[in-house]
Amino acid sequence: MPLPRIVITGVGLTAPNGDNLDAFRRNLLAGVAGISRIEVRYMGLLLAGVCHYDPLKYQKKKEVRVGTRAGSISIYCAREALQDAGLDAATIVKDRTGIYIGCTEHGNVETENEIFNISKFNYDTKYWSHYHNPRTVANNAAGETSLNLGITGPAYTIGAACAAGNLGLIHAAQMLRLGEVDLALCGGVSESIHTFGIFAGFKSQNALATHDDPAKASRPFDLARNGIVVSEGGCLYTLERLEDALSRGAKIYGEIGGYCVNSDASDYVLPNPVRQAECVRKAVAHAGLQPRDIHIVNTHATATPLGDIQECEAIRAVFGEGCPDTYINNTKGFIGHCMGAAGALELAGNLPAFDDLTVHPSINVDNLDPKCALPGLVLNQPRRVPRVDAILNNSFGMLGINSTLIVRRFVP
Amino acid sequence: MTKDECKQVVLDIIADIAPDEDLTQVKPDVRLRDQLELDSMDFLDIVMELRKRHGIEVPEAEYQKLASLDSCAEYLTPKFNAVSAKQ
Repeated sequence: MPLPRIVITGVGLTAPNGDNLDAFRRNLLAGVAGISRIEVRYMGLLLAGVCHYDPLKYQKKKEVRVGTRAGSISIYCAREALQDAGLDAATIVKDRTGIYIGCTEHGNVETENEIFNISKFNYDTKYWSHYHNPRTVANNAAGETSLNLGITGPAYTIGAACAAGNLGLIHAAQMLRLGEVDLALCGGVSESIHTFGIFAGFKSQNALATHDDPAKASRPFDLARNGIVVSEGGCLYTLERLEDALSRGAKIYGEIGGYCVNSDASDYVLPNPVRQAECVRKAVAHAGLQPRDIHIVNTHATATPLGDIQECEAIRAVFGEGCPDTYINNTKGFIGHCMGAAGALELAGNLPAFDDLTVHPSINVDNLDPKCALPGLVLNQPRRVPRVDAILNNSFGMLGINSTLIVRRFVP
Repeated sequence: MTKDECKQVVLDIIADIAPDEDLTQVKPDVRLRDQLELDSMDFLDIVMELRKRHGIEVPEAEYQKLASLDSCAEYLTPKFNAVSAKQ
């Protein structure tokens, strides 16, 4: 029996350079980055991608005070996605709706805040907040979203390092195919810029970007790249079975074509191009396609000196020959690394290409690293292409988790 | 500190922990939970803020004495004055 077809019917997002898909896409095509400097506890001014959505659009002040930034971003994205999908939050079937949100990490922000708080009271733990546990449980972002929307179906997060955004979509598609839910809100979120630990960790790894001009700081594939710009963000989609979407006349952005999740099993932090290539190949095969059928490859490359080269090695192994219509881009030059949101946001940035047949560029590539010189790489200027029928989105994470998700143009 | 001043201190705390609430019409003799959207976690917030901002401890067995503004003033004013006397 064929598996039900799963389609994307709504997108809600907040990125450092746009709080909805139209603005985000417009800035990706116009070369507008969204990186700034923020004060990071103990560390001073650092480069970061900050979102500018209005939390009070969908939350009461008290919800913002009690909840977390990840929860707030999730609520904003979920509400925006439902609205974009033409679904009324008040009338969706609450116990048949699932919330599946990818997170790189959760709890560091609140734990650091509480330790800082009690440091002002001689580390007396009686000043530790009673909100600490609900704020730091791993399911926080999904739980806050279920509370805000009154959704009573399954609501949980998926921890998958920086592959998590793709995992949210993949898991949702699986749950829809299993018939566990009829509507899924899924994708990824990140509140990472509010924890100094992630900045300090990358700095200790010599993997934190520096640049005089924040807009030029995140530069995947450029010879002078020097690390990651940490960003916050979120992107949640509404996914439905095709028959449900058609029966209500929903707008369809694209169809989940195929996917793969695998593991390097080789290192805590170093990527493994062999396993990455394997992940991409398996996703292409899962979609019933050949590499030449993929028209956009959105890379994960984070602008670390080694990681970019290794992903390019993986891409070259799959798409290096016989793929004249495959174009390759990267979104992190605009928005930095949105961690758990990265996969979901970067996919969203490319979805409009099904309609406008334009591949957004990788920006800030003044001198292309010869080791990253892939055929089909779209640099600095958008590129109009003859056809876009399949978009492949890579997201990889620490501890060697790889995810590849393919979205196809919807053809009835 | 007078009882009225004490009520204002409590209202200032509530304004921070329940920022959506209109506190201009709070009736001092009516239970706070009956006129404002406050749950048990919010009452823990009141207890925490009394501790942090004013050095006042409210034992769990005495939480019910924070039920209304009047009962807060009755219970907390001597505590505030005791803290002031120590300083």
